[in-house]
Order: sequence, then structure tokens, then C-alpha cells
Amino acid sequence: MSQFAINLIFVGGSFALYIAIAIWARAGSTKEFYVAGGGVHPVMNGMATAADWMSAASFISMAGLIAAGGYANSTYLMGWTGGYVLLAMLLAPYLRKFGKFTVPEFIGDRFYSKHARFVAVACLIIASVTYVIGQMTGAGVAFSRFLEVENNTGLIIAGVVVFFYAVLGGMKGITYTQVAQYVVLIVAYTIPAVFISLQLTGNFLPPLGLFSNHVESGIPLLQKLDMVVRDLGFVDYTADVSNKLNMVLFTLSLMIGTAGLPHVIIRFFTVPKVSDARWSAGWALVFIAILYLTAPAVASMARLNLLTTIYPAGPTADAIQYAERPDWIKNWEQTGLIKFEDKNGDGRIQLYNDSAAFKATADERGWNGNELTVNNDILVLANPEIANLPGWVVGLIAAGGLAAALSTAAGLLLAISSAISHDLIKGSINPNISEKGELLAARISMAVAIVVATWLGMNPPGFAAQVVALAFGIAAASIFPALMMGIFSKRVNNKGAIAGMLAGLLSTVIYIFLFLGWFFIPGTAMLANTPDNWLLGISPLSFGAVGAMINFIVAFAVSSATEAPPARIQELVESVRYPKGAGAATDH
Amino acid sequence: MTEHDRNAAAYWSANLRLIIGSLIIWALVSYGFGILLRPMLSGITVGGTDIGFWFAQQGSILTFIALIFFYAWRMNKLDKEFGLSEE
Repeated sequence: MSQFAINLIFVGGSFALYIAIAIWARAGSTKEFYVAGGGVHPVMNGMATAADWMSAASFISMAGLIAAGGYANSTYLMGWTGGYVLLAMLLAPYLRKFGKFTVPEFIGDRFYSKHARFVAVACLIIASVTYVIGQMTGAGVAFSRFLEVENNTGLIIAGVVVFFYAVLGGMKGITYTQVAQYVVLIVAYTIPAVFISLQLTGNFLPPLGLFSNHVESGIPLLQKLDMVVRDLGFVDYTADVSNKLNMVLFTLSLMIGTAGLPHVIIRFFTVPKVSDARWSAGWALVFIAILYLTAPAVASMARLNLLTTIYPAGPTADAIQYAERPDWIKNWEQTGLIKFEDKNGDGRIQLYNDSAAFKATADERGWNGNELTVNNDILVLANPEIANLPGWVVGLIAAGGLAAALSTAAGLLLAISSAISHDLIKGSINPNISEKGELLAARISMAVAIVVATWLGMNPPGFAAQVVALAFGIAAASIFPALMMGIFSKRVNNKGAIAGMLAGLLSTVIYIFLFLGWFFIPGTAMLANTPDNWLLGISPLSFGAVGAMINFIVAFAVSSATEAPPARIQELVESVRYPKGAGAATDH
Repeated sequence: MTEHDRNAAAYWSANLRLIIGSLIIWALVSYGFGILLRPMLSGITVGGTDIGFWFAQQGSILTFIALIFFYAWRMNKLDKEFGLSEE
């Protein structure tokens, strides 16, 4: 059977499974359809939250970025897990006690202002659309490989599939479908990693394999990797970074962005009890950590395997002949995500770091520039092929990657469409809109969001995980501070919250757009995205943390210069702090 | 201030103390050991590299899990002690 057929079976089979569960669960209970997670055990809810949360960025893209950046990209690992600590302690239990369904609703009520709700909707939409661009980028990579088409074609197919998937609607809300998606994606992610860890280190647990000895050379895996990359002119895999400020701010942006993203927070609104909101955050992190502890092992091992494929006799010997390249390179060349150019005309593939410092060595070896360009986003998907694992593992990882990308994209699209139709149109522009009209507005906004995200995904402002990181920065700068101040301060008032959110949002998006193009439209960037141009060396990816600080400062300053919130609002703040008396989450 | 208010205020400050303590550990393992203090700890080696690298890629994640479960356990106990739990 061809690899193409195997991929179709795995991808098609997993989709059939989700749909079957959706139909079965829908027939079982209609309430479950609306209240995702209501009456579900915290362990199950944690698993579903993990599926919701881990997207193309975690599954497809992150390990590739860590492989390329080594220690410096540990930010993704710490940033996308540490946020759950903030969620569990600073937001989830109190928002659960508050007992409404959407984030703009909380902000609108706590800051007793329709305008505040409106600003929250705008923040939510900007962050979510940016997030969807990242998902489309990742899903496009996956589709282009598994349908064996060019990358942009893959992206358009992804757009069409996401649209139908999201319009199926409620499927996303059903906890058991998400549990199934979690199982598919975690099995798909860990199985190849276990095989590869066994091959390279003899340890079947990848997180332990990462810190074990490399079987072939007998020295620790990470030392072996450092030596290999050094011989090719790259920075050591474990090398420290010089710009610690940027690394700290980037990690902080991802952490507080995690706690500010509406589709994650919503999951904690609907658990049965306040105490369950705390446990659910813990269980969610356990299930997320299974992937996040595997990812750094995948990253280092894939990097080593890739370089061993290109330099079978070691990095100081000759590279392989282009004519003898393995099938996986040929497969990925079709997508345009791997490119080869024989710059020195010797018929071999020289892959190395084309830097000034390495030029002397390269000249000596007769190299005339790096000849193989490998897109970081393909690494996880290509990983089983690079390690010569059987065809079914390759098919499995396709199914897992698509589960991750599609479930999150669909969740975000639902968040966007409900923000527009429910919070924006029904909540302020036209309260008398009919139910049919509301549904139509939801569908239209979903379609527009997909078209925009697909178009911007063709020239994404970065790799999938980087685009998603931008979305986190925006959420960090706008939504998280408003929620936190809403719970921990009785003094912050409507004017302060609105001014803070606007200051945080605008400072962050303007900083991002300056370097990555206005609204991410290609060719509109005003400054080259290089460290020399960055303010104090802070990259656009890290600016969310600065935006959040601006938000806090502006909100406190404006609030202290204006009147205190009315007594009923102070009582509301008081009441969300104590679990006693929490009813079931109420409907809109 | 009524008895009830005093009780609620004590509960809230106990919660804040717990949060602050937990967040100090949260920051120490990630921003501290994983990033800023890494050069100082480079003498301690783990599996072919230094402990800062381990904290950045594994240790901090494991600590985060422990922190959340500890917090949930302590808070659910505090809810009951102060008579503020849901049941």
C-alpha cells in the first residue's frame, strides 16, 4: 500500500471517529452540547482542555523551533505551561464563581460598561484571528505533505476543511470528542518519539532519553549534538543566550497570554464547582505536559537525525549525494518546504550555517553556501520518515497534527463568531436581532475570519508557533490584566479598565505591526525585524509582557484619578472571591 | 466589621499568602533557574548538560504541575476551614 493511501486511512479514520462520538453524544444529551464539561469529571475536563489548548503550534511547529534554536527556544516550553499556574491561582476559580459564559461578559459586568465589553470583544477578535493564522499555517503544512501538493494548495484545502469542521459547530463543544482528539494527538506525538528515543539512546521514555547517553558514540546525547552542530558552524544546542531580558519577557508574554486567551478560560466557566476549576487546571497541565516533556526530546533527536542523514559519515566527512537523497526529502520537496540548490556544483547536499565566522572552514571544504533550506514547521511531521519508521507511524502523525490544528482552529472560530454575533451585534449594535439573524452573522464572521486567515497564512509573519506566540502577546497585553484587576482590585473602575486595555492592546499591536507589516499584510513592515531595530532588544514576540505592564499602569493611574466603582460592583468583586454560593453557570 | 466579614477577610489574606508563595517558586524555577541564574548554576551537571538547561526544558514544567495540585489541595481545605466551601 502506498504511503498516500495509509495517510488517507489514518486521517479519514480519525475524523470518522470524532463524528461518530459527536453523533452518539448528541443523541445522549442535549445539555452536554451547550455546556461543555458540565458534570464531567475534572480529569476528563482536563483532557478536553488539553486538546482544545494544544494546537498546530504545540504539535506541528514547536519542536521544530526548539530543534533550530536549542536552549534559546525553551521559552515555548516554559511559557505555554507556566500560564496554567496563573490560570489556576489568579483567574479560573473566581471566574467560575462569577458564573457567566464569555470573557467580554465578565469584563462588561465587572466594569459596569458596554464600552468595556466592546473593547474586550475587539481584543478577543484580534488575538483569536492572529491565532487562527498560525493554525492555518500549520494545517497547510500538514495537508500539503499528506495530499502531496504544493504548500499554498494545502493551505486552501485546510481553509475549506476548517470551515466545514467549524460549521458542524457543536462538535467542538462535546467533551468526549475532545477527549478522543486528545488521545489521537498524544498517541501520534509520543509513538514516533518512543521509537526514536530507543534507537538513539536505548531509553524508551523520550524525556529521559534526552538526558541519556547516545548509544552509537557513548557520550551524552546533548553533548553529541553540540559537537555535531558546532562542526557545521551552528551555535551549540545548549548554548546560553546573551539577551536574557528578551527571553524573560517572551516567556512572560506566553504565560500571561495563556491565562488571557478566551477559548481556554471558557473551559473553566463551566466546570461543576469552584474547587473543580482548580483541579481541572492541574489535570489540564498534566495532559499538556505529556506532550511538552516529549517535545524537547523530539527536537534534539530530530536535529541529530537530520544532520546524520545529510552527513552519514559524520559532519567532518562528505555530505550525501543529492541523487542518493532519502525519499522523505523527495516527498517534502514537492511541497516547496524543502529546497535544494547545488551552489558549488559537486552534487552533494551541504547543510551548514552560512555565517561569517564559519566562512574560512566552508571555503576550505569547497562549500559555496548552505544548499538545503528546511522549513522548521516540517520537522515533527517529517520526523518518523527521517528515522525510517514504518508507514503507519507516518500516517498516525498526520492524523494527530490535523487533530491538533483543526480542533483549535474550530474552537477559535466559534469564539470569534460568538463574540461578533452575541457580544457585539446582539449585545450592543442591534439587541433586537432575530435568532436566525444572529446565526447568519455568526456564519458570515466565521467565513470572513477563515478567508482572512488563509490569505495571510500564505505569507505568514513567522512559523506557526511564532504566529501563535504573537496572538498570546496580544491576549497578554489586553485581556489578562483586565481580568486580574477585575478580581484582585476593588478600586479599578470602568474608565481605568478601558484606558488600560486600549493602551496595552495598541502599544502591542503597533509594535508588532511595525516589524511584521500592518495587519500582517506582506510588504507593509516599516522596520526590518532584526535585533538592532528592536526597542532595548525586545522582539515583537516578547512585547506582550511590556504591553501588559502598560495596561496595569494606565488602568491604576486612570482609576485613582477618577471615582471609585459603585458599591454594588465592590460587592460583586467581594462575592467572586469566596466559593460559597456558586450556582451552576447561567446561560446568556 | 461583623464576625462574617472578619472570617472572609482572613480567608482572602490566607489565599493571597498562598498565591504569593506559589508564584515565588513559579518564578524561581522558570525565570530564575531556567534563565537568569543559569550561568551561576552551570557547575551542576545533569545528563550531559547543566541544571539550568534541565529546568528550562523539563524541571519547570514538573514544578508547575506540583504547584497547581498543591494550591488546589490547600485552597479546597481552606474553603472548608473557613466555612466558605460550596456545599
